Amino acid sequence: MTGAPDIAIDVKGLTKSFDGRVVVRDLSMQVKRGSIYGFLGPNGSGKTTTIRMLCGLLTPDSGEGTCLGYNIRTEADQIKRHVGYMTQRFSLYQDLSVRENLEFVARIYGLNAPVKSAREIIDRLGLHGREEQLAAQLSGGWKQRLALGACTLPSPQLLLLDEPTAGVDPKARREFWNEIHALANDGLTVLVSTHYMDEAERCHEIAYIAYGELLTHGTVEEVIEQSKLITYKVSGDDLQKLLHQLDGKPGVDMVAPFGTSLHVSGRDEKKLEAAIKPYRADKKFVWTRSEPSLEDVFIELMNRSKDNFQ
Amino acid sequence: MLSVLRQPGFWRRVRAMLTKEFIQLRRDRVSFAMIVMIPVMQLVLFGYAINTTPRNLPTAVLLQETSDVGRTILAAIERTGYFKITHRLSSAEEFDQVLASGRVLFAIEIPAGFERALRRGDMPALLVAADATDPVASGTALGSLNRIVQLALINERMLPDQTQPLFEIRSHARYNPAAVSSLNIVPGLVGTILTMTMLIFTALSVTREVERVTMESLLSMPISPLEIMVGKIIPYIMVGFTQAALIIGFGVLLFGVPILGNLLLLALLSTLFIATNLSIGYSFSTVAQNQLQAIQMTFMFFLPNILLSGFMFPFAGMPGWAQWIGEALPLTHYLRIVRSIMLKGSGFAELQYEVLALFVLMLVAMTIAVTRFRRTLD
Repeated sequence: MTGAPDIAIDVKGLTKSFDGRVVVRDLSMQVKRGSIYGFLGPNGSGKTTTIRMLCGLLTPDSGEGTCLGYNIRTEADQIKRHVGYMTQRFSLYQDLSVRENLEFVARIYGLNAPVKSAREIIDRLGLHGREEQLAAQLSGGWKQRLALGACTLPSPQLLLLDEPTAGVDPKARREFWNEIHALANDGLTVLVSTHYMDEAERCHEIAYIAYGELLTHGTVEEVIEQSKLITYKVSGDDLQKLLHQLDGKPGVDMVAPFGTSLHVSGRDEKKLEAAIKPYRADKKFVWTRSEPSLEDVFIELMNRSKDNFQ
Repeated sequence: MLSVLRQPGFWRRVRAMLTKEFIQLRRDRVSFAMIVMIPVMQLVLFGYAINTTPRNLPTAVLLQETSDVGRTILAAIERTGYFKITHRLSSAEEFDQVLASGRVLFAIEIPAGFERALRRGDMPALLVAADATDPVASGTALGSLNRIVQLALINERMLPDQTQPLFEIRSHARYNPAAVSSLNIVPGLVGTILTMTMLIFTALSVTREVERVTMESLLSMPISPLEIMVGKIIPYIMVGFTQAALIIGFGVLLFGVPILGNLLLLALLSTLFIATNLSIGYSFSTVAQNQLQAIQMTFMFFLPNILLSGFMFPFAGMPGWAQWIGEALPLTHYLRIVRSIMLKGSGFAELQYEVLALFVLMLVAMTIAVTRFRRTLD
């Protein structure tokens, strides 16, 4: 075992490319044991690739690190024993029943009483009455619950969840997150990738990755503070016109509609103030200075990193 | 019906579809290879390798006396083109053994005192024993022997009057004296059916997991490639065993095919053959990119198995290169095993080579499978 005992994931400089295209570039991260770590980023930003490198399904081109103290390059077998990986697409057997799938997993991990362990998971996840249903017949929410059950069954120390709530209704999502928090309370470390901002806010720590690079990380408050973004909320009529007028002005780094209001953000306070000054006089609009939302921060980060790449 | 053709844009949409199909076909290299390989393979195999009136069949001779007449007769037999003397025997036991092992299709014995009896006009007999398990292979050759009796000694001087034949050839079709083709076909079918079904079962097993993404889960669990392979092969050994029992059972009941040899040995070696085919199918599965490719590879492998193993056409009648390919196919060896045990009553001793060959083929396939199996998604 190497690395500090209270660190579950500790990787440095991970890089991976496919067919000459860099998918993950020089990624370093640390995840504390017992925490829920949110992994955010747009589609194709390298989240799945990173997760796969962490559990030994992909070999990094360069970089190194440990997962639960095991070397991700050389000790994939031990990692597999202690890590539960929930894939983005449902990857249990569609033509096996709920119970059969769980018993299969229990046996592969060599649990002493596979039948009993499967039954316990069925009870805990409320899959009662569905245990003889084929996985293929389950709805999206139940499939996701079954998948979570399968990867927590062998009592892993670390869960890697790849967009577990994609395409799942809000109620099922909420229940899913309650379950994750319960698991983390029991000392499990959870790394979860997501697109949803509300989910990000339920994490202890988050990291944002775009174009294969980790752009920021920390608690939600830290991430917002680090962004040094100043945001104004504008409400009123004809916001669409205002959006077009402000977009691209020096000092305005980002304009985005949020429901009935418009978020106008910039990193440089003086320039932003100067840019919006003419419009603040307009009686049609109500301007209020506010905290940037996580989404504001991320979109701004993404725009900025895109500029760096193009 | 034809009004469909006159709908505006019909051909434009057809062209869009057709272009898409061509693009997909071009990307699918294995399908592309099939388009070329299947006809070429068929043509070459049928054209060159397959011979329904096989020549140069391996023949053993047992000479109980050395005489000029004997040599002349043997030379005449070889001149028919059907026989090729490959073994010279020294005892009667060897005579039976070499036929039972299948190394030769014919064994000729010239008895002691043959020449003297001939000169005295006693009409001595020359024994030709044929392995008639495959009536096609032996039939024509045996038929050609009649002319030998008439013509073999025509140039020999100092012999009595030759208006009458001076000797006779007693031919003995062993193992299948009535030349019933079902006796040969049924054991062959055991092998052919098993080859087809076993290959398909495992050829799809890995590609199916990859296509249904279940492989990603499986790879993230603590299970090794060898464990996956063994776990996927064993159930189908049982399936194959049931299949073999069914075909053999019906063969015995409906066609009266005998089982002269040891049933346990037959069961044991059939299991080996089943496992060999499953391993080969499994190795295809680790190489193929998707299920379609796996099916295509299976088919490409199945074709020579049918044509070059001696199932459809006599093995001994094929040219050397085709026999070499045949030796690398499991069906070739199993056909010899199953025909020998059922029709000749052969035991393990006579089948050692075939058993060894099946073992080697199985190990090669398993090695390919385990090394080709991707433990990561790289």
